[in-house]
Amino acid sequence: MIKPQHANALMILIPAYNEGGAIRRVVTEVRTLLPQIPVLVIDDCSTDDTRTEALTAGAGVISVPYHLGLGGCVQAGYRYAYDAGFSYVIRIDGDGQHDPQFIPTLFRALRDSRVQMVIGSRYLNGKVPATSFARGVGIWFFRQVLRLILEKEVHDPTSGFVGVNRQALEVFARSFPLEYPEIEALVVLQRRQFRFEEVPVVMRPRMAGVSTITALKSFYYVLHVLLGVVVNILKYEGKRRKG
Amino acid sequence: MDRLLNVVAGMSVLLIGLVFFAIRRAHIRVEYSVSWLSAALVMLVLSQWQWALRQVAEFLGVNNAPFALLLIILSLFLIVFFRFSVIISDLKDANIALTQKLAIIEYQLQHVQEKHAPSRDA
Repeated sequence: MIKPQHANALMILIPAYNEGGAIRRVVTEVRTLLPQIPVLVIDDCSTDDTRTEALTAGAGVISVPYHLGLGGCVQAGYRYAYDAGFSYVIRIDGDGQHDPQFIPTLFRALRDSRVQMVIGSRYLNGKVPATSFARGVGIWFFRQVLRLILEKEVHDPTSGFVGVNRQALEVFARSFPLEYPEIEALVVLQRRQFRFEEVPVVMRPRMAGVSTITALKSFYYVLHVLLGVVVNILKYEGKRRKG
Repeated sequence: MDRLLNVVAGMSVLLIGLVFFAIRRAHIRVEYSVSWLSAALVMLVLSQWQWALRQVAEFLGVNNAPFALLLIILSLFLIVFFRFSVIISDLKDANIALTQKLAIIEYQLQHVQEKHAPSRDA
């Protein structure tokens, strides 16, 4: 069972849904590069062999009994890490887009800068990565929205390559956006006056499978996240929900 | 006008009957039936007590009493639907928290069982 081996321990969290084609390579890459760091895969009730592949590669696997969606899945990992006593969690995607070579960069930034969250940004290294038109417009739009709310530029607000410290873990274990969590999570942190920092990373094409984001879904995404951002700004914290 | 009011009364009685039937069969919990019973009772009373309906219509500034009744019915159902949206949201939050906790406990249990399982050589 995954447990912190020392104070200030780091855990790698990989939410995965039907990533059977890539998850073994992703976990193996992380374990080869960082053999001392425990890897936890949250299998979001996949219908393929994601669980078996992740176990074969040597990851700890928590399987949720029904499909929770990305936010619910990530929150399960944060809950586990917080309860187990980990000090830092770095989340990477299960499709191989996030290069584990950058995990130490994120970890150093998280540990040394004393911010609560570090985001791996693909837009900070001078190269503009190829992305769909709809996604590009969405990212631009949310940069403007977040600049107003956070009073700070976020270059890559949709990045899922994210590290959090124990303070942020405590908050996210209790309250985390369920669908499309990346942007709303920034607002959740802002409400607690937590700080974040971006570090440059290079993202790769996914190892297997295809993106399920269509133009219609992009439109829904923008509406959903915008509403989520507004709701998070207005949220009443007097009565905290149990859970 | 009387026909419309009688139709509303009939629908109210039908709704009350349906709710009681559902409670009896345990298809709906008593605490969730209260909203529907209250809405149906208000509809029944206003459709059969025309003086009260006229007072309400006057208060709302509506000349046509049956139109006022339809407005009230619409408002009642909107309130009931909103109440159930709140309940569903709470249930979904609880469901997700339970699912996450169950998955974590299952993971921990597997490791405890593996740790205490008799070895194959024994």
